[in-house]
Amino acid sequence: MTKYFFSFSVFLFALVNAFWGVRAYSQETPQVFVGGRLILIEGEDIPNGIMIVQNGKITALGAAQEVSLPVPSVIHNLAGRTIMPGFVDTHSHIGGGWAADRSAPIQPDVRVLDSIDARNSGFQRAQAGGITTANVMPGSGHLLSGQTLYLKMRDANTINDLLIYDKEGEIVGGVKMANGTNSIRQAPFPGTRSKSAALVREKFIQAQEYLKKIELAGDDKSKIPPRDLALETLGDVLQGKKIVHHHTHRHDDILTVLRLQKEFQFRVVLHHVSDAWKVAKEIAEAKAPCSLIYIDSPGGKLEARDIDWKNGAILEKAGASVAFHTDDWITDSRLFLRSAAFAVRAGMSKKGALRGLTLAGAEMLDLQDRIGSLKLGKDADFVILSGDPLSVYTKIEQTWIDGNKVFDRKNPQDRLWAVGGYKAGLPREGELCCFGKENK
Amino acid sequence: MIRAFLVCFFLLLSSGIISAQIAVQGDKVYTMAGKTFSPGVVLLKGEKIEAIGSPKDITIPSEYRLMKAAVVIPGLVDAHSVVGLSGILNSRHDQDQLEKSAPMQPELRAIDAYNGRDPLISWIRQFGVTTVHTGHAPGALVSGQTMITKTIGNSVEENILVSTAMVAATVGEGAMSSEGSPGTSSKVIAMLRSELLRVQNIQNQRTLKTEEKDSPPPSRNLRDEVWEKILNRDIPLLVTAHRHQDILSALRVAKEFNIHVILDGVADAYLVINELQEAKISVILHPTMARANGERENLSMETASILQKVGIPFALQSGYEAYVPKTRVVLFEAAIAAAYGLSFEEALASITISAAKILGVQERVGSLEVGKDADLALYDGDPFEYTTHCTGVIINGQVVSEEAH
Repeated sequence: MTKYFFSFSVFLFALVNAFWGVRAYSQETPQVFVGGRLILIEGEDIPNGIMIVQNGKITALGAAQEVSLPVPSVIHNLAGRTIMPGFVDTHSHIGGGWAADRSAPIQPDVRVLDSIDARNSGFQRAQAGGITTANVMPGSGHLLSGQTLYLKMRDANTINDLLIYDKEGEIVGGVKMANGTNSIRQAPFPGTRSKSAALVREKFIQAQEYLKKIELAGDDKSKIPPRDLALETLGDVLQGKKIVHHHTHRHDDILTVLRLQKEFQFRVVLHHVSDAWKVAKEIAEAKAPCSLIYIDSPGGKLEARDIDWKNGAILEKAGASVAFHTDDWITDSRLFLRSAAFAVRAGMSKKGALRGLTLAGAEMLDLQDRIGSLKLGKDADFVILSGDPLSVYTKIEQTWIDGNKVFDRKNPQDRLWAVGGYKAGLPREGELCCFGKENK
Repeated sequence: MIRAFLVCFFLLLSSGIISAQIAVQGDKVYTMAGKTFSPGVVLLKGEKIEAIGSPKDITIPSEYRLMKAAVVIPGLVDAHSVVGLSGILNSRHDQDQLEKSAPMQPELRAIDAYNGRDPLISWIRQFGVTTVHTGHAPGALVSGQTMITKTIGNSVEENILVSTAMVAATVGEGAMSSEGSPGTSSKVIAMLRSELLRVQNIQNQRTLKTEEKDSPPPSRNLRDEVWEKILNRDIPLLVTAHRHQDILSALRVAKEFNIHVILDGVADAYLVINELQEAKISVILHPTMARANGERENLSMETASILQKVGIPFALQSGYEAYVPKTRVVLFEAAIAAAYGLSFEEALASITISAAKILGVQERVGSLEVGKDADLALYDGDPFEYTTHCTGVIINGQVVSEEAH
């Protein structure tokens, strides 16, 4: 009876909506997603759920019988579909951004913000892969290659449309560091691992002294040291305002990161962590979260020879936090779900793997209060899947960010980004300009 | 007499010449030779398949070792790879897939570089790949020869199927990186044509000279010997081409010299379907998940299904990667092709029987049929699913992998 009543009310609301539908719906009109399986990440799945989205936020969630529907509203019937939070890619290189140049191994002043092409088709591919937030980073060829950006994969005209701001109005992002062989080069770069660590320690000590001078100066402006963009950024790191995203592969390099972290007390996320299975206990004890990559085969360089798909399972068992990343273009943003699925293939729990695609990643970017789970009040960032998220046959049908649909596989242009084909290699066409037709 | 026979039998047994006899039982057995048994049984005796069929028609002899799986398929055939030449470490000492000292070196043999112990070979084997077509990589106009081998063995001689399978060539931008290499697509084709013409001339002159009986035999030329095999259609030229105009250039050369060309890569294939059909060409398609950049910027994950629909013979490959993944796994490439338009069995064919046919080794591998090599792959579910495991691999009747991967 409840079921029939429910179907009837959906019909009724659809009818109401049909009248209201004369005008284009706006953000203010609630969007109601009915009948799909909700994977909340925080809490048990809801097999036949309703989610309501308004003004970019999730405003209601629950089993079909429990949620009353607003009038007017736009109804989306998702029977047979699965809805889960948008994926958080904790390490990506989309947008063609670079930061540090070859002039020095440690360049905290350089921002990836100043080099990203917001119209790069990489963002469209990320949408097609269900990624709604990504940590876009400079490369790993430096001990410290610059400041990263946490971006929402909105349809952007400029970089400003992708940015996320914190409560103080600051643009959010972290700092990229690396050790091991990638950052070992000709001077002024380090030639050995010990030298790498020494250079990093030296710089952090400078930053400590810089902070100390500011602190001692108090209100006496004459004693405040002149602004130093590099030390200022490292100061943010030392004060926990920015998280260090640390590329590291070999087990001893991983331990070196933990040693430096202990000395300087910065907040760190370990990235790639190929040898994690060898030092899972140490990683868990240091409470260092790990962002893992899943590659179709080991190797490509000596220090990634022992990378193991069991990393996710072993870290999970040891009690460490595990998320995933694409490292796009190393792996394809469109196929991000494969990473979690391969972790499960090698023994990780399904629950842990789905958390690794979403909330665990959000935590590693300090964004867990806003994204990463389907929860009342959180940003309406979610994906609609045709089936089980870990099946190869499942397709991402739609991706929504802040309550706006940014990817729809039924849209021919979106489909081109998702599948490939003639002209898929070009950057996204302009939407406002005079030359091309509008593509959305 | 009987005693002597028994002694001989036990001697043979203990010396390991008689390999184990195995019965493989599957909830589903895809033979890729027309029939699928659900359930099914495959009997292996020595290095060959002894019997195959439904359990009600086949009695499993008590001395046979029994292996069970949800799904049993033929050992996978990777239609084009560089494993064994391009090693796992990606450092100077284990990268032998591309010699850049000259633009055209068809005399370079894959067997002289193949390292059967490279970990990437056991890596692909553990997912079910039992036969691989490997050798010189794309990247030079003519980079060298390829070979076909089983994914086991200490020495290259031990398990090779074909020592010179094809000669690898590249047209388009990919041909422009070697010492003395051409600088434009037109020059690429001009150099290739000139070389074929040069050898054709030598062949013609030799035909004229055969009258003079007393003249000494001509001195051997390793390079020209290989070119002659190509001109005589004894071995195919494997031409990597991605852009549609480069694909057509390759077809033009094939027609002009009447050589057997197999196309490789072909990112733009869907733009030139009619031309491919007319040329009756076979295609070894790029990995489904290949990176869409450079010449491959317009590749599509649906190209396999387009080729399937129009009936162009094709196989999937793991290809060559300069960095990571150092090798791809054809099983995973076929899985994505299955998710993007191929049926399950069509995708499976692209890494078994279709691959074997294009490589010309279908008499031995690529399907489960009595008398063919005992190469099987076992899975605990749909082999294409991300979370399924390969639970057993058998090559030439020997179990080479038993852990779940």
